[in-house]
Amino acid sequence: MPGESRTFEDFPPGRRFEFAKRTMSAEEITAFAAEFDPQPMHMDEAAGRASILGGLAASGWHTSAVMMRMLFEAYIDGSTSEGSPGVDLMEWRRPVLAGDTLGGHCEVLDARVSRSRPQIGIVRMRAEVTNQRGELVAVCEYINMMRLAAKGADHAHG
Amino acid sequence: MRMAELYPFGETIDIGSLTFTAEDIVRFARDFDPQPFHLDEALARKALFGALCASGWHTSAGWMKCFVPFWMGECRRLAAKGIAPPKLGPSPGFTKLSWLKPVFAGDTITYSVTLTGSRALASRSDRLINTFDNAGRNQNGEPVVRFESTVLEFV
Repeated sequence: MPGESRTFEDFPPGRRFEFAKRTMSAEEITAFAAEFDPQPMHMDEAAGRASILGGLAASGWHTSAVMMRMLFEAYIDGSTSEGSPGVDLMEWRRPVLAGDTLGGHCEVLDARVSRSRPQIGIVRMRAEVTNQRGELVAVCEYINMMRLAAKGADHAHG
Repeated sequence: MRMAELYPFGETIDIGSLTFTAEDIVRFARDFDPQPFHLDEALARKALFGALCASGWHTSAGWMKCFVPFWMGECRRLAAKGIAPPKLGPSPGFTKLSWLKPVFAGDTITYSVTLTGSRALASRSDRLINTFDNAGRNQNGEPVVRFESTVLEFV
């Protein structure tokens, strides 16, 4: 597809991509929670303060979805990504509170060509999401499928 | 009462269903996962998935969307029987999440939960760690998502 520059070959082990910073607003935290995880500590400041999380806190699923967007901006956009078969682990290490500014990076752990689909590479990645104090708030190890460069099948996909 | 006293280990409970419309799929993808196969039917046809399908994070958040009302219902049901519901806390995360099949526009996913274990937290005697197997299957009974989660319980 036009504009695709990064292919499987661009993901050797150790390659690192930095995340753009992103501040989590109370509005987006409660909007996500209202749709997917309407527990009091994700919906209401006072309830959040009274909880073990210590403030209006993003649902872990929201933090995960925001991490996905950071991955998209960091390296998936403009790549030959064909999605993911799964996630080995997702750790919600610390609460993400309204007003927190998230950043971090991801790094290639290992990469190999698929045995069953030789035009597809299997890239295993680790993402670390940090807050404005540099504390780790989320860790994720997952797989990203990436098409290889310069194969006939690639051209056929246009 | 404790989770493990109320729910037998290994017993799977359906917690609800969610239909993924094309509009919902595209809306979630625009916010969080704007890859072409989650945004556009024509582009999705050229990709490995073959048709417009939900972000895996959308499919996964759908489990939580069903679990919260299920659990609120359970708490009401137990309270009505005079049983103090287990006090569940936040989850520290999950492992072994597999997106087994794409969730396509129009699919209805039925989610389930299975309690698999419960143990005391070594550092805090007033807390337990429960482990769950969680899953979703489509309207044809095909598994689409599975993951293992841990949830804190206050005792």
